[in-house]
Amino acid sequence: MFPADLYLLMPELALAGMAIIVILADLVLKRRDLLAPLSLIGLAVPVALSIVLWLKLDSIDPHALSGFSGFFVVDYFSLFFKFLILGATALVIMASRESVTRFSRFQGEYYALIMMASGGMMLMAAATELVSIYVALELSALSTVALIALLKNSRSIEASMKFLILSAISSAVMLYGMALVFGLTGSTRLLDIADRLTSVSELIDQPALLLGVIFIITGFGFKISSVPFQMWVPDVYEGAPTPVAAYLSVASKAAGFAVIIRVFFLAFGSLTDEWALLFAVLAAVSMFIGNLVAIAQKNIKRMLGYSTIAHAGFIMVGLAAIGREGELLGPGVESILFYLVAYAATNLGAFIAVIAISSKINSELIDDYAGVARRNPFLAFALAVSLVSLMGLPPTAGFWAKLNVFNAAIETDLVWLALIGMINSVISAYFYLRVIKTMYLSPPASEERITADLPLKAALAIAVIGLLFIGIVPGFVMDVVETAVGTLA
Amino acid sequence: MTTVLVFFFILGGMALLGSVGTVASRNVVHAALSLVLALLAVAGLFILLLAEFLAIVQVLIYGGAITIILLFALMLTRTREGPVRLDNAQRRFALIGAGAAFAVLTVVIMVSDWPAPIDNPVRPGFSRISEVLFQQWAIPFEAASLVLLVALIGAIVISRPEKGERD
Repeated sequence: MFPADLYLLMPELALAGMAIIVILADLVLKRRDLLAPLSLIGLAVPVALSIVLWLKLDSIDPHALSGFSGFFVVDYFSLFFKFLILGATALVIMASRESVTRFSRFQGEYYALIMMASGGMMLMAAATELVSIYVALELSALSTVALIALLKNSRSIEASMKFLILSAISSAVMLYGMALVFGLTGSTRLLDIADRLTSVSELIDQPALLLGVIFIITGFGFKISSVPFQMWVPDVYEGAPTPVAAYLSVASKAAGFAVIIRVFFLAFGSLTDEWALLFAVLAAVSMFIGNLVAIAQKNIKRMLGYSTIAHAGFIMVGLAAIGREGELLGPGVESILFYLVAYAATNLGAFIAVIAISSKINSELIDDYAGVARRNPFLAFALAVSLVSLMGLPPTAGFWAKLNVFNAAIETDLVWLALIGMINSVISAYFYLRVIKTMYLSPPASEERITADLPLKAALAIAVIGLLFIGIVPGFVMDVVETAVGTLA
Repeated sequence: MTTVLVFFFILGGMALLGSVGTVASRNVVHAALSLVLALLAVAGLFILLLAEFLAIVQVLIYGGAITIILLFALMLTRTREGPVRLDNAQRRFALIGAGAAFAVLTVVIMVSDWPAPIDNPVRPGFSRISEVLFQQWAIPFEAASLVLLVALIGAIVISRPEKGERD
C-alpha cells in the first residue's frame, strides 16, 4: 500500500527535491543570478504534477484520492491550495532579485528555504491527520524562522527570535490540545475523530474536548495571525526581508485557513455551535485591533502588518458563517477560499510595490513615499490599485471578496458581524487612502526616477492584472472555488 | 497493580521535581541537569506503560544526546564566568499564568469522562513498531526528516557571518 500511494505525494516530493537542487547549485554555479530562474523551474515541476493529479481526479468518482492509511488526501481542495501557495511563492521569488543582494552569501539557502516552507504548507493543506498537520506546520515555521533572520541586523534577529519562541509556545499548546482530543476519541485521523464524535454522543459534552479544540485554535491562530496570537506580526514584518514578509502574509495565511477548514469542518463538524461563536468573536476583535492600530503606523511594512491582522479577521467572518441545518460547507467556506485568492493577488501587489519603492528610496516611512507617483507612475499606480483592493472598493478583487464574506455572514444570521466588518472597512479606508494621497499629492523629495528590475515589474503586473481580473470577472474564480469546496465533504 | 502505582508516584514526583528545577534554577547548568532528571523519569513512566522502545529512545536521545548538546552549547557560548541571571521582572506573571493553566487543566481533566482503559494492554514488538512507523506513519515520519534538514540549513544561515564580517 505504501509505494503505491507515493504518486499522491509527487508535488511535495518534487518541491523538496528541487529545493535541495537549488542549494547544491548554489555551490557549483558561478553566477548567483541563475538561482532565481532555477527556483522558478523548481516551482513549475510541482505545478505540472498538480495539474496531472487534477486531471486524474476529473476522471474518477468521488473526486478524491486518499492515501498513506488515510493520513493524506489529494482532492480539488488540497490542489487548489497547492496552486495558490506555489503561485504566491513564484511571485515572491520573482520580486526578490533586488532584495537577495543584501544577503548575497545565502541566496541559495533563501530560495531553498522558501521552497521548503511552501512544501510544508502544501502538506498542511493536504494532510488529514493531526500529527502530519503538526509536522507540516513545523516545517513551514522553522523555514520561516531562518528566512526572517537573513538580514542579520538586530531588528531581523529580534524578529526571528520572537517568531521562534511564539511559534514554539503556540505549537506546544496546540499539541496539548491534540493530545486531549486523541485521549477522548482514540484517533488522530480527522475522519475517525468525526466518526467517534457522532457515534458516541456523550463525548460532545466533555469539557476536555472543548479545551482541546480551543488549544488547537491557538496553534492555527498563530499561523493566520489572528488576535490574540498576533503579537509577532508587526515586528516580524518590519524586521524580515520584505519578500519574506510578503510571503508570510499570503502563503502562511492560506495554508493556515486550509488546515482550519479541514480540521474544524471535518473533524469537529459536530461542535460547530462552540467554535463558530469563538471564531466570530476572534474575527470581530482582529478586525478592530488590526485596523485601529494600523492608523497610527508610520512605517508602511508595520502598517501592512496590522492590515494583515485585520484581513485575518475579515476571513474569519467566513469561518463563523456556518450554515444551519447541517449544511456545513455552505457559502462561508466558499467565501474564505475566494477571499484568500483575492487577498493573495492584492497583498502581493502591495508588497511587491513596497519592495521596489522602499529599496530605492531607502526608507519604509509612509511620509517618504511623497510624490512617488511622479518618480515612477507604474509603481505608484500598482500600489494604489492594491490598496484600493485592500479597502474593498470596486472594480477590484477585494470588493467581491468582502462582499462574499459579509453575504455569507448575513445569510447565516450573523448580521452584527457583517456590520462590524463594514464599519472596519470604512476605518481601514483612512490609512490606505493616506498612502495613496501621499504618493499622488505630496511634493516629491527628489525628482530622481525610481527604477525596478524586469522580473519584479512582471510579478507586479501579474498581481495587479490578477486582482483587476478577479474584480471584473469574479465568476471564474468563484467556479474554481465551488469545485474545490465540493470535494471537501 | 499497587506496585505499578507506587512506581508511578515515585517517577511522577521525580519528573515534577526535575521540571520545577529546570525552570526555577538560577544556574543554567543546574537547569540543564534538572532537565536530565525529568527526562529520565519520563523514560521510567514509558516503561510503566509497556512502551520499552520509547523508554530506550528517551534515555538515549533525550537523556543522553540532547542534554550533552545542550551542555556543550552552554559551555561554548558562555561569555562570562559565574552564574547567569535567568529570570526577569516577569517571573511573577509567569508563575500566575502557569498556576492558572495548571488549575484549569486539572479541573477539566478531572471532570471529563475519559474512555475506559484497555483491559489487557499488549506490549508491541519492535517489528510491529517499525511497521507502524514506516508504513502507517510514513508521512509525518518523512516530513520530520525535512524539518531536521531545514533546521540544519537554518542554523547554518543564522550562525555563519555574511561576507565582510569576520568569521
